Amino acid sequence: MMRRLDKRDFETFLESVMEECDLYAPVSLTEGVSVFKKIDHPNEVNFSQLLTQKPAKEIFFPQSEPMFNYERRGGKIQITSNEEVKRERILLGARPCDIEAISLIEKVFMSEPYTDLYFLEKRRKTTLIGLGCNPPLSTCFCSSAGGDPFLRSGSDLFLVDLGDAYSVELLTEKGMVFSKNKFLREADPEDLRRIKELEDKAFEKVGFSIPMDGIEKRLDLMMESFFWDRVHEKCIGCRICTYLCPTCHCFDIVDEGDFARGQRMRNWDSCLSPLYSLETSGHNPRPTTRERTRQRLMHKFNYFPKIFNRVGCVGCGRCIQYCPVHFDIRQAIIWTSSKRPRKPKI
Amino acid sequence: MSQLAIQEKIREKAKELLSKKEVDLIIGFSNWTLPLRTTPVFIRTPEGTESLIWNSFCENNLATYIHKFSRFRVGIIVKGCDARSLTALSLEKRFNPERVFLIGVPCQRMVDRKKVTKAVKGEILRAEERGEEIIVEGEEFKTVLNKKDYLYPSCQVCTHRTPIQAHVLVDDPVEESPLVEIHPGVNQFEKKTFEERWRFFEKETSRCIRCYACREVCPMCYCTECFVDDYRPKWIGGGLQPQDLQFYHIVRAYHQTGRCSGCGACERACPMDIPLTYLTQKLNQDVKELFGFEVGLNSKTPPPLSTFEVDDKGDFIK
Repeated sequence: MMRRLDKRDFETFLESVMEECDLYAPVSLTEGVSVFKKIDHPNEVNFSQLLTQKPAKEIFFPQSEPMFNYERRGGKIQITSNEEVKRERILLGARPCDIEAISLIEKVFMSEPYTDLYFLEKRRKTTLIGLGCNPPLSTCFCSSAGGDPFLRSGSDLFLVDLGDAYSVELLTEKGMVFSKNKFLREADPEDLRRIKELEDKAFEKVGFSIPMDGIEKRLDLMMESFFWDRVHEKCIGCRICTYLCPTCHCFDIVDEGDFARGQRMRNWDSCLSPLYSLETSGHNPRPTTRERTRQRLMHKFNYFPKIFNRVGCVGCGRCIQYCPVHFDIRQAIIWTSSKRPRKPKI
Repeated sequence: MSQLAIQEKIREKAKELLSKKEVDLIIGFSNWTLPLRTTPVFIRTPEGTESLIWNSFCENNLATYIHKFSRFRVGIIVKGCDARSLTALSLEKRFNPERVFLIGVPCQRMVDRKKVTKAVKGEILRAEERGEEIIVEGEEFKTVLNKKDYLYPSCQVCTHRTPIQAHVLVDDPVEESPLVEIHPGVNQFEKKTFEERWRFFEKETSRCIRCYACREVCPMCYCTECFVDDYRPKWIGGGLQPQDLQFYHIVRAYHQTGRCSGCGACERACPMDIPLTYLTQKLNQDVKELFGFEVGLNSKTPPPLSTFEVDDKGDFIK
């Protein structure tokens, strides 16, 4: 079902939505930096930055999340769990890549027999409102990674910016809840044509230039390749590419507190950190950035497809944009399909 | 000398070093996929030197890579700040200076890509440097910017652009006067009251995502185990609690006292745009005022806070 939301009604529409739900949307923290946050007032919503720094996964899998609190009282330990989500939630304005990434993390956190209650509870209680990318960025390569700039799959509602209004597509049962919302008016017959135009333009820009087909097979043969000796060289081992990645989902569980009270925390972790693979004995099976860079790429393009039949990358390009030494994952993918560098004599 | 001529000289020297087998590899800059950016490259063959470039986007401090490549004989393309970091590192015995060859480039100051990005509406798809101008183009715009207005704060105040420590300089030394006397960040910070300073620090650090990019790009941050990664004893929480973020940022800055060359790599690396150099630059100023010391100007004097003298005029020593 297709509807139309005039931009002048946008804030009142959000207000009406916020009466019943918690609303999460992109918010600008400072010029050029935005993240998804729970908003208090509709005017905080800011779509001007195509991709937020931190991806929308944060709404389901926060960077730092208390799992439970403990307190010692009169010789007994009291535990209060934190997984319950009390109000229904709406995620507004996530781009198709971020939404696709959420369904990828679902495969990990929601598949039997190990379901992650913390993720599951948040995911179940959230309606996803996607937003098409017109225009996408030059670093976007979603089409090569199995998505596209207007991919509807995963979204409950899907918005396309038409200038003076948003077209609103109600795609799922959760989305149909909005069918009677008074701000969503009858769609203009012209809208479909305009959406098609925007889509064509976006598809053309993103293209299919990254050779993702067969990458899993190619990497099968490359575990000990000299390729890795070269690819990792400029990597300085920060965690930007993993923390800003919408599909990365590694975490570390730590207790913060003391004998009397405290919390068990779940924090994001990164395979680019030496600590990630350091063993108690002091041995580190991934001692340098060579092994850690390999892990990052292998996980996305070999291990993940082996288990879930899809590359673990959605092509959002954040890691390209924000890498301090300008590592380009697209180039690394291209290299896997070209002639491999040979070991020099020295 | 024009940048192209400098680039030619860099290639020539790099080629010579590799052909004569005086070094195993050259660490320099190359063009890559995005406009306004360059990327560190590691060249091992004389033919490979053709990809070396020089322009106002060669912003990385290549001294960082000395830790990774210290077992090789390396040639490094250095700006003033890179060279000073290396001198400071050689004082800390991080590498054998005899195995490192510095190709020095008197720096024309680097362009702040974030500032340029904010100056235009829309994505920049092409950027070209022409003399004192940068021409940026997007799908619907073409803008000419004056380079002078878009320099990194750390470059605006730099008074050591010529890497005098280098084994060879590819161009004549540049005149060492700053464009701005006081670092804009420090200037603003100093004008604030104590409460305002704290609020500013609190607000800015609250965006931190603990990616540690500021630590990793810094040539002086090379501890095998950083205090934030220690588990026993545990100094700091692993999450995003304000006190942990603030603790990290204060300690990171203070560990740099008398060791920071002021290159600004930390601030450039930050994906969340947290200003960082106002702290380190302020410390640099203090060290200069209190001890008359500037980082990396000679390879004999250790940083004042890393040494002691028995005839110190303070009485703590007695």
